[in-house]
Amino acid sequence: MTAPLQPSNVTELVEAVRSAPRVLPVGARTKPNLSRTDAVAISLRGLTGMVDYAPAEFTFTARAGMPLQELIATLAAQRQYLPFDPPLAGAGATLGGTVAAGLNGPGRLRYGGIRDFILGVQFVDGEGRLLRMGGRVVKNAAGFDLPKFFVGSLGRFGVLVEMTFKVFPRPLATLTLKIRLGDDAAMARLLGDAARSRWDLDALDVSLPGGEIYARLAGPPEALTAIAADIGRRWPIQSLGADEARSCWREANEFAWSHPHGPLCKLPLTLGGVPRFAALTRAIPGARGWIGGAGSVGFISLPEGADIDDLEERLRLLGLAGLVLRGSGRLWLGPRVEAHIHGAVKKALNAADRFPPLF
Amino acid sequence: MPPLAEKLARLTALLPAGRVVRESGAFAAYESDGLTAFSAQPLAIALPQTADEVIALVRFCHAESLPFVARGSGTSLSGGSLPVAGGIVIALNQLNRILRMDPIERVAVVEPGVVNLQVSHAAAEHGLHYAPDPSSQSICTIGGNVAFNSGGAHCLKYGMTSNHVLGLRVVLATGEVVEFGTSSREQIGPDWTALFVGSEGLFGIALEITLQLLPRAEAFHTLLAGYRSVEAAGNAVAAVIASGLLPGAIEIMDALALEAAVAAVHADYPPGCAAVLIVELEGPSEVVAAERLCLDAVLADSDAIEMRVARTPAERLAIWKGRKCAFSAVGRLSPDFIVQDGVVPRCRLGEALRLIQEWSREAGLRCANVFHAGDGNLHPLVLYDGGKPGQLAAAEKLAGRILLMCVEFGGSITGEHGVGVEKRDYLSAMFTAEDIACMKRIRAAFDPLGISNPGKMFSDGKVAALAQPGLHPLEQAGVLSRE
Repeated sequence: MTAPLQPSNVTELVEAVRSAPRVLPVGARTKPNLSRTDAVAISLRGLTGMVDYAPAEFTFTARAGMPLQELIATLAAQRQYLPFDPPLAGAGATLGGTVAAGLNGPGRLRYGGIRDFILGVQFVDGEGRLLRMGGRVVKNAAGFDLPKFFVGSLGRFGVLVEMTFKVFPRPLATLTLKIRLGDDAAMARLLGDAARSRWDLDALDVSLPGGEIYARLAGPPEALTAIAADIGRRWPIQSLGADEARSCWREANEFAWSHPHGPLCKLPLTLGGVPRFAALTRAIPGARGWIGGAGSVGFISLPEGADIDDLEERLRLLGLAGLVLRGSGRLWLGPRVEAHIHGAVKKALNAADRFPPLF
Repeated sequence: MPPLAEKLARLTALLPAGRVVRESGAFAAYESDGLTAFSAQPLAIALPQTADEVIALVRFCHAESLPFVARGSGTSLSGGSLPVAGGIVIALNQLNRILRMDPIERVAVVEPGVVNLQVSHAAAEHGLHYAPDPSSQSICTIGGNVAFNSGGAHCLKYGMTSNHVLGLRVVLATGEVVEFGTSSREQIGPDWTALFVGSEGLFGIALEITLQLLPRAEAFHTLLAGYRSVEAAGNAVAAVIASGLLPGAIEIMDALALEAAVAAVHADYPPGCAAVLIVELEGPSEVVAAERLCLDAVLADSDAIEMRVARTPAERLAIWKGRKCAFSAVGRLSPDFIVQDGVVPRCRLGEALRLIQEWSREAGLRCANVFHAGDGNLHPLVLYDGGKPGQLAAAEKLAGRILLMCVEFGGSITGEHGVGVEKRDYLSAMFTAEDIACMKRIRAAFDPLGISNPGKMFSDGKVAALAQPGLHPLEQAGVLSRE
């Protein structure tokens, strides 16, 4: 692969898109498998920084190359945050890359994921046109919702330049509980019961193969202790100290629990699929897993050099589809459906066939 | 047989007897929608009862290049379900089954004709609810909510329809039947579901919709405060936002809206106030107990004439009743009205309202304001009498001026009603010609023939037909309210 193009402004970016028959935007490549193609890489690292931040409006507009870490710090200074905990901030992930990858962290449970906070985009299509869709205010229903469509689009439908997001006030405090139950069926039941409860949990994740459950509460500190006591009447809980809680969620957010050099895959889940996913991680030697969003998503990590074809086969049998974030070879795992409309929309945004195919 | 009659005969044969209506006398209820200023006469009304029948109808329309408009309860305020002359209406009210109610996964799978509030009613026994709550929720359908990405009073915290639709089974205008999304809250690949939601019927028809359900909040703290001016109420909103609270709803009504609510449902407001602010906190009882102290303190400092806290569920409902009925109540003060739906950045609300008042005086038209202050979504209601020459034109001019102001302030021409017929000439104020060309290319990918709800969102050069003035029949019956 040749060295990535490094545009430093929008004009150069448009030129870069037009400069080669096949291009793909990249950020910090913290999900390296998503950009493993023969296309000429266009790095968005040079298009960075906040364009506009209005804390009183609960909105900001930032450039695609802006590192999450810098963004999170800017928001935190105004006691605001992106509630879905965009992952891999510590590894250097960028805002644009997070949208393109469609990744959420533990906080996605309470108010939804990145798709629920993106409001508007400016992007370059396959012909090199600079276009804007969506809005810059917290509520907008004009035009097609391409901003949300770009979430998970893997850079295959356009190059994101700027994005507008909704933000929320940061809760005053958080409290993390660790819960350990006997088996996976009981664990899945707990996820369902807790997600349906009155407690309004901020995060509810599970570490695998161990099966430790981590629940996070967020809000006024005096309320959290009372709610935790109520949860403790239902299940055996252990309250984590501030440091322990911080490192627990950092581990989740940074995928620190995973094998650093082995394949890492994301699998959308439902509660019904949780026991099967847990059993899967136990069935593969050396595999580790993480369940997020009260059973909405599973991540599975295999040791370096593990056979991804074997995982593919197992997922097909389970009817689970996955996306390989790290590791080589396949991008998609398990069953998938290709419809005529997918190609037609791709053509509408990319008539020159500039971006690599999705599948 | 003439070609058109022959075509209609074949259309009629697609459904069991009596379910394709061709007698124009039976069309009245379908000729217009919540935007009563426009009406059009379709060729026929099809009344399918199953998804397969809808698919057969769409495939027929595709084969014959026959325009179609899918319709639920016809509550669109932007003319989104206005029929197309020379086309057919596919009325989906009989596809009204909740196909799956799954309290464990917290999802419901519904047909497009299911009424919004029925989802929450069915979910209530499980302690769950469907969050989007447009004011017409007792009558509007989920299919229409999906097409126009409907909002409601809780959008700042909970988002709009698109934030609650996980998956769709749709028949596209080409006749292709596809599934977007799944019943998982997470996904991989581009968000096709989100692209379809809010596409204003231009892509096809949703046949099955998977909705996420949320736990019902345990406790509420609902507070009503009266102010001497709309600006004072607006300042109070800014203070609430600055306090770091995230209320479930923040609403403002101005003097004319209050007057109407008093007349219509005997709502009781603090004497002498020119604006009322409603703020509602919700969540676990422990959280609400802590946050209400903060909210009460912020509002105590806000120069309110009077503050009232709902002490019982009945008092809370009374506060909301005055708010939710406000628009149909205002309608009683005037033979006709136009509801606008623009959005401005929250910090420019006061300025926007000042301009609206000034311009309505200039135009000689009264204008009431009820709005979602938390998200800057204005609903100025321009009162006019369509029977008086020139009044409709003056009202439309004022409404247009307000829309352009919203765009100039960095906002949007529509927060939750959609572009439809009403605002299609203003889309170009918000987007460049290239942006709109891109949208049209996407539309053409879904609907190359341009047969699915044509004339909405994009100006097509044709002028929509103006209707007789007056309240919508459902409004007269008190069933429908415009928000």
